Amino acid sequence: MKLTRRATILAAMGTAFVAVLPMRATAAADAAIADFTGGAAPGANGITLTAPEIAENGNTVPIEVSAPGATEIRVYAAGNPTPDVATFLFGPLAAAQMASTRIRLAGTQHVVAVAKMADGSFAEVRQEVKVTIGGCGG
Amino acid sequence: MISKRHFLQASLSAAALVGASGFGNWGRLAAQQRLSQSDLLDQPTTGNVTLIHITDIHAQTQPIWFREPEINLGVGDAQGKPPHVSGAAFRDMFGIAQGSALDYALTYDDVVALGQTYGKICGLDRIATVVKHIKGDREDAIVLDGGDTWQGPLPALRTNGADMVRLFNALGTDAMTSHWEFTLGIDRVTEIVENELNFPFLGANIFDATWDEPAYESTQMFERGGTKVAVIGQAFPYLPIANPSHMFPDLSFGVRQERIQQVVNDARAAGAECVVLLSHNGFDVDRKVAQNVTGIDVILTGHTHDAIPEPVQVGDTFLIASGSHGKFVSRVDLDIRDGGMQGIEHRLIPIFSDVIAPDPEMAALVEDTRAPFKDEMAEVLGQTEDMLYRRGNFNGTWDDLICKALLQEREADIALSPGFRWGASVMPGQDITREDVFNATAMSYPNAYRSEMTGEMLHLILEDVADNLFNPDPYYQQGGDMVRVGGMGYRIDISQPQGSRITDMTLLKTGEAIAADKSYVVSGWASVNEGTEGPPIWDVVEAYIRNQGTVSVPENTTIAVVAG
Repeated sequence: MKLTRRATILAAMGTAFVAVLPMRATAAADAAIADFTGGAAPGANGITLTAPEIAENGNTVPIEVSAPGATEIRVYAAGNPTPDVATFLFGPLAAAQMASTRIRLAGTQHVVAVAKMADGSFAEVRQEVKVTIGGCGG
Repeated sequence: MISKRHFLQASLSAAALVGASGFGNWGRLAAQQRLSQSDLLDQPTTGNVTLIHITDIHAQTQPIWFREPEINLGVGDAQGKPPHVSGAAFRDMFGIAQGSALDYALTYDDVVALGQTYGKICGLDRIATVVKHIKGDREDAIVLDGGDTWQGPLPALRTNGADMVRLFNALGTDAMTSHWEFTLGIDRVTEIVENELNFPFLGANIFDATWDEPAYESTQMFERGGTKVAVIGQAFPYLPIANPSHMFPDLSFGVRQERIQQVVNDARAAGAECVVLLSHNGFDVDRKVAQNVTGIDVILTGHTHDAIPEPVQVGDTFLIASGSHGKFVSRVDLDIRDGGMQGIEHRLIPIFSDVIAPDPEMAALVEDTRAPFKDEMAEVLGQTEDMLYRRGNFNGTWDDLICKALLQEREADIALSPGFRWGASVMPGQDITREDVFNATAMSYPNAYRSEMTGEMLHLILEDVADNLFNPDPYYQQGGDMVRVGGMGYRIDISQPQGSRITDMTLLKTGEAIAADKSYVVSGWASVNEGTEGPPIWDVVEAYIRNQGTVSVPENTTIAVVAG
């Protein structure tokens, strides 16, 4: 049962990472966010994150961030060994402050997006994205 | 006709309505052997638009036995709410008399005895009679199929769903949505949708994975009764996770709540006075959709196989649950005028096969689809001492039997059988035919693998599936039931977070605790991974039944459930 077994082992390893890493990785993400905001507490309004509730493939998860009026948006995968995922910079001529990309997730975790607004304030949004072994649906 | 205001005023109004329309008398009439087709179907026609909803028939064309679940636990906001109610609590909630026809149709506890009184249920030729009767009342009634139509018994398996496509064309279906349809493979789905299907195949949440663009039509607009009704299709959101994604590699699904809101808004802008979501989300997901998306009048729910005798109201949205396997048809009369839906009347019609006369044309068509396989299906493989059924969160005797077959025929320590909710029941003391085995197993990735897994991996799998069922947020649930396990017992506390629900895993043959780092021989079927090897599960089960002659599947006492 080559494929079944190997695929399951891989999935198992992915989740094992999460089991081992979350404390340290979340701390790393928190530190990175604090570094970006300079320690200021971000607001909750003005930024949206679109991501699947359950990833169809943890290796390529489509996400979209939007924050009208932002000069910069950073995306973090709080449960990844390296939580910094992307930085988007918007110049004064940008028509819309939004971006979409695909990211890789080591396991079930929160994806966090933080926007820096033109007035220097920050806004944060986070969503849990589940990475699952799958199967057994009815 | 009930107005929305009436629904809001009294929670019992719906019960009073169905009672007044004849439901309450069925038990007495049936006991006196006077329950007639007109008792089930005659009612005043109200409003100006009628919907007919059928869902999750799983290619079941024949009258069958079907046992409803004993354990159907809800978590989070859904705890204790329909459909997470069973047995006596279900009877109490909906005012159903014990021993009545509706009791037989909707609860599990006395199904064997009541089956002798009321007979088999389902049958596509009977459903055709019901559809024709309703169309006699309202000629332009809209027939909507919630999906899981092309997968199931032997004729559907052998014809790649062609039999069901033909039969649902003949039924006069106006639109459908999907789930298991895609397990025929994307090429076959495309062939059917483009060349064989006479009606739209809707899925607002099906996207091309590469370009992130809609892959199918989202909406069909119907002009009826002087108004416009928009029907939006919503396919099962987690197809690439719950089923083999390699069978439809370029498609992406998901709940996509923003997308639903957008197509609802588009439909309203295009003049729809009423918006219907024809959904395969599952009931709890649809409850959350109704809470979060504005502008949906009716959700015709599917996927989770629940049958609820009354509409469940969430805000201004009414949720209808029409069961599975052709056991029920829902008739929904809508009063639409002055820019919106003013009233809704609903009847859940149980398809008692001895009460409703078969439609001769549909009966002949069904017979035609079965004829090439008739002798093969009729072959008796053995007998069963106990009722074989599948539904229930943790175990069913059909899966216990399948696990026994895997343990013995594949010489495994532990067996895994997926938590599917489809498959007809077999009454105790009866023959098991090959058709019965295919009713419970026929699908396109049936290989029974044999593999080694560590205790840690087994724990991980159980935790993963349990979270798909018991995550408190329905958008993180996938429907289906807990994976069935043979040769191993465990304890589950559904209120815990993922990783902490499953404890006390025990290897039954030795009574020893499962060790995290030890390897066990595991056999299972329905792997979502490409290239899985092994004989089809129906061959394994057939061999086991033949070897046993008479099978016995006593109550499963190896799983301890902590809930509530």
